[in-house]
Amino acid sequence: MHELSIVTSVVESVTESLEDYPGARVQEVRLRVGVLSAVVVDSLEFCWGLATEGTPLEGSKLVVKMVPIVMHCAHCAADVELDGVQSFRCPRCDEPCSDLRQGRELEIESIEIEDGAASEAAAIQVE
Amino acid sequence: MTTRIVELRRGILKKNDELAASLRRRYTSAGVFVLNLVSSPGTGKTAFLERTLRELLGQGARAAALVGDLETDNDARRLAASGAPVRQINTHGICHLDAEMIAKHIEGWDGVTLSGLDYLFIENVGNLVCPSSYDLGEAVRVALLSVTEGEDKPLKYPTLFNSADAAVITKMDIAEACGFDREQALKSLNEIRPGIRIFETSAKTGAGMSEWLAFLVEAREKRESLA
Ligand SMILES: Nc1nc2c(ncn2[C@@H]2O[C@H](COP(=O)(O)OP(=O)(O)O)[C@@H](O)[C@H]2O)c(=O)[nH]1
Ligand SMILES: [Mg+2]
Ligand SMILES: [Zn+2]
Repeated sequence: MHELSIVTSVVESVTESLEDYPGARVQEVRLRVGVLSAVVVDSLEFCWGLATEGTPLEGSKLVVKMVPIVMHCAHCAADVELDGVQSFRCPRCDEPCSDLRQGRELEIESIEIEDGAASEAAAIQVE
Repeated sequence: MTTRIVELRRGILKKNDELAASLRRRYTSAGVFVLNLVSSPGTGKTAFLERTLRELLGQGARAAALVGDLETDNDARRLAASGAPVRQINTHGICHLDAEMIAKHIEGWDGVTLSGLDYLFIENVGNLVCPSSYDLGEAVRVALLSVTEGEDKPLKYPTLFNSADAAVITKMDIAEACGFDREQALKSLNEIRPGIRIFETSAKTGAGMSEWLAFLVEAREKRESLA
């Protein structure tokens, strides 16, 4: 339900980071989204076109990588990956686990950009 | 033209997380114990909170509440009947409270300062999805579910129930009439959040309130001793 505001923060954050790459065009934005992040990927993609319109991200592709849940099982003394979100038990020993190590991520991993004329000129000047 | 990949590794909710972390430090140094109450609309958050405030005030504790709703200040007025200071936050369509709304509403609150409080309760907007992403700097996140909502609610909303520190089952006075399966409800809560503290309450009859109040006092003292 708050996917539009999530997407808007992604656009703001990426635009901010583009200050170091004047004139660059964004081709791809890669997100890492935890299975437990309360975000619906389809809705993110649905909002993407609208939210990027008129920004340096216009026309870019959104790529979402899902991050599975990893719990620490005290019984096995190991980090274990869960298959779903219906049971927080260790898949090896079936003991309940409450020590979450991964699965709530909501982050921008990287962007793929095409350097603009301005930043190429800047790069040449530096050389 | 060259194409390159720029690593960002940046949290999308970084601004909220940072503000929440600074709120948490403020709460700790002010000695106020903050709870974030989350549930579906109609679970009974306001009724439960009103009773909690009334009983805490009766014990001489200093408690206040912030209450989030899309529109209206009806809940703030209901809560204020307890005698505690209450402030309404209207989100105007936003489906959750965020740290910035909290930061804004703890300023300029008539006669209320954080250091003058023992407990601050935040009633979140009725929603079982979105509030789970937004840290408000609380010490304890409480997920509520009523006996009329189905015993499998935690299985349907694992994201929220897994992020909770305590669970409150509300409206126990009508459990029997609703055919509420207590064992099943406790089982689903434990499946999603193993070992979670569970309180079975009724705002109407007061059932389960003394266990809940004892938990509040104990959890607050534990926190104080850590601070
Ligand atoms: N029988 C009964 N009804 C309750 C109880 N708590 C709340 N209600 C009713 O449930 C409805 C929703 O309660 P409210 O506190 O507004 O829920 P909120 O939306 O979660 O804040 C109201 O009609 C309340 O009177 C309870 O303990 N027992
Ligand atoms: Mg309410
Ligand atoms: Zn194990």
